[in-house]
Amino acid sequence: MSKPVVATASLAGCFGCHMSILDIDDRILKLIELVEFNKSPIDDIKTFTKQCDIGLIEGGCCNSENVENLKLFRKNCKILISVGECAIMGGLPAMRNGIPVKECLEEAYLKCPTVDDNIIPNDDELPMILDRVYPCHEIVKIDYFLPGCPPRADLIWEALVALLTGKELELPYEVVKFD
Amino acid sequence: MASLDAVVKQVVSKYGNDRTRLMDIITDVQTELGCVSDEAVAQIAKILDLSKVDVEGVITFYHFFTKTPRGKYTVYLNNSAVANMKGRAAIAKAFEDAVGCSFGRTTSDGLIGLYDTSCIGMNDQEPAAIINGVVFTNLTQEKVKEIVTGMKAGKDVKDLVKEYGDGANQSDLIRAMVKNNIMRKGPVLFAPYEQGSAIKAALSKKPEDVIEEIKIANLRGRGGAGFPTGMKWEFCRKAEGAKHYVICNADEGEPGTFKDRVILTELPHMLFEGMAIAGYAVGAQEGIIYLRAEYLYLKKYLEKVLEDLRAKNILGKNIAGKGFDFDIRIQMGAGAYVCGEESALIESAEGKRGEPRNRPPFPVQKGYLGYPTTVNNVETLCCAVRIMLEGGEWFAKMGTAQSKGTKLLSVSGDCQNPGIYEVEFGTTVNTLLEMVGGRTAKAVQVGGPSGTCISKKDFGRRICFDDLATGGSIIIIGPDRDLFEIVHNFMDFFVEESCGWCVPCRAGNVILKQKLEKIMSGKASTKDVQELEDWCKIVKATSRCGLGQTSPNPIYTTIQNFREMYEAKVKKDTDYVSTFDLLAAVEESCKAAGRIPKVEEH
Repeated sequence: MSKPVVATASLAGCFGCHMSILDIDDRILKLIELVEFNKSPIDDIKTFTKQCDIGLIEGGCCNSENVENLKLFRKNCKILISVGECAIMGGLPAMRNGIPVKECLEEAYLKCPTVDDNIIPNDDELPMILDRVYPCHEIVKIDYFLPGCPPRADLIWEALVALLTGKELELPYEVVKFD
Repeated sequence: MASLDAVVKQVVSKYGNDRTRLMDIITDVQTELGCVSDEAVAQIAKILDLSKVDVEGVITFYHFFTKTPRGKYTVYLNNSAVANMKGRAAIAKAFEDAVGCSFGRTTSDGLIGLYDTSCIGMNDQEPAAIINGVVFTNLTQEKVKEIVTGMKAGKDVKDLVKEYGDGANQSDLIRAMVKNNIMRKGPVLFAPYEQGSAIKAALSKKPEDVIEEIKIANLRGRGGAGFPTGMKWEFCRKAEGAKHYVICNADEGEPGTFKDRVILTELPHMLFEGMAIAGYAVGAQEGIIYLRAEYLYLKKYLEKVLEDLRAKNILGKNIAGKGFDFDIRIQMGAGAYVCGEESALIESAEGKRGEPRNRPPFPVQKGYLGYPTTVNNVETLCCAVRIMLEGGEWFAKMGTAQSKGTKLLSVSGDCQNPGIYEVEFGTTVNTLLEMVGGRTAKAVQVGGPSGTCISKKDFGRRICFDDLATGGSIIIIGPDRDLFEIVHNFMDFFVEESCGWCVPCRAGNVILKQKLEKIMSGKASTKDVQELEDWCKIVKATSRCGLGQTSPNPIYTTIQNFREMYEAKVKKDTDYVSTFDLLAAVEESCKAAGRIPKVEEH
């Protein structure tokens, strides 16, 4: 039987959740035995080459490229998981949500003391900025949510193993407490 | 005009440089100066030896306090669900057209400000507004034009009131156009009584026996929660403290309730006598009535009633020659629903943000200024008067097993005769609908937004703590109403009124409202309804005080009782619907950058 295929992406996130995946330490060797990675920063595969079983999404959507990428993952993954605060609720990037996007752009590109060409970037190659940062589940259907900033390595590990083996997920308090 | 410093100094010294009177200080400074500016905040803080944040925190907490001018004339138009039913939208537009600015703003010349406000206790005569403390009811577009013309001509707001309501509303000290609308008088509140007879009867007994009589009556709090009054008084009496306090909760803020307004207008003597009885029972010499800011128009009148009672020796020193001293002061609120919660009310009366306290200790143990305090509803205290006169057994003969006596109901919405009804506990919703001319109702909101929305199948249920509990608010919803609009209005209210202290209530109510909007937009699946219900349970179970523990009820109880309404809105063939619109989401940023949005490839 072929191994289950996993893909991962970091949208409007900080890669902290991916770091947390690596925090499973030597279990990563066990993981490689259990699964095969497809599109992911971990193996640097840029495009989907086959249908995947599990997609792990870090970060919410702050621009059109995030949206496109997220929709691509939904299309190519049987199970899609929001990993971490940003994917689930927007996280730190969503701190701009109370401020009109025009003001944000002006502050960053026109009024900022360290810029001198005074232009809001407008090249068609650039992703378009969304009016606010959206959690992933507002754009596509998300099957599971792994909370944390970042979620602990143990939580990610347990969740993946549970999904792969069909066993029930064990969530001791230490793994999901955040205070 | 006197200088800012002089005004602030004079006001603060009027209240003895006492920081616990910050509510009054801010109110008076605002009355003098039109708003409480940064300079005024700094000055108040300096004199009271507080930080500026302490003062600013109080100002920004309350709806009627403001740091920026809201006009020489400030119009607060009620935006409750019943106001909407009665044509608020047209009235709001009439104001905007005549004044020349939109709601939430003040005209550029600083003359008139237009603002929304939560239920002002006039649901039986909506649309209604408060302008500089003066109440205007049953507004029509013509009336609005006249009022605005008057304001533009610089008239005194009081002179814009053309007609007066009935009863004491006509008295020189009130002169309000508010109508009492007393539709049904019952034996507890509206039977005749002789002023001073009840406190005399109480003073002829030992305080413990007064409490015993209240226990025999099985009197329960009329504010909605229904805590046994005798037990509360006993706890308070037994709690150790250098002094004790009685606070009357006259902050009826539950949308749709206005019964206390009528008691305060027609039966204030009875209420104050009830406070004195409570004072005697718990061992207090000081009473405070916490009056909601919306009822400011009754303040002068109530002060006169207090003077009368002192003159008659029903209040004051050595009451009825029995050696008992008791007096009452009025504490004004400033517009905050959460202050109806007793510990939040105490915080507010102490000049702080009206945020609920952790309990224990309960107010009966450590209440106002840390002293044992009993906080009782207006109607509860009036019931105590009647119990002193007629006896606990007489009282307990009325009502149901768990709810004795009568209940004053504030009925509004789609019925022929909105107003006040004193009915025996245990009256069925059907009987009430019959009484008020509301037989065509498709839904009845019992107990206000924080209560229960029931459908026809439950109209046989009884109004009492054993079945459908209510603090008095009954809103009748006719067959042609969009129930979603009403539920949405209630959620708007809770989002606005959440004090923000705890996350489940502060964030949860916003999430509930957004999820409701998703369903209302038709872009939702059955799963969204399930999630909405789950969120209701989370907010109810994890919020810190009664506000968040009940705020999901408009959604929660309509999902239970009107599930078909939700099901008709959702898509059945999918378990996920997104409301995301890429083109709309990128519009603003592309405009700012001078780009043409391209969304085809996404």
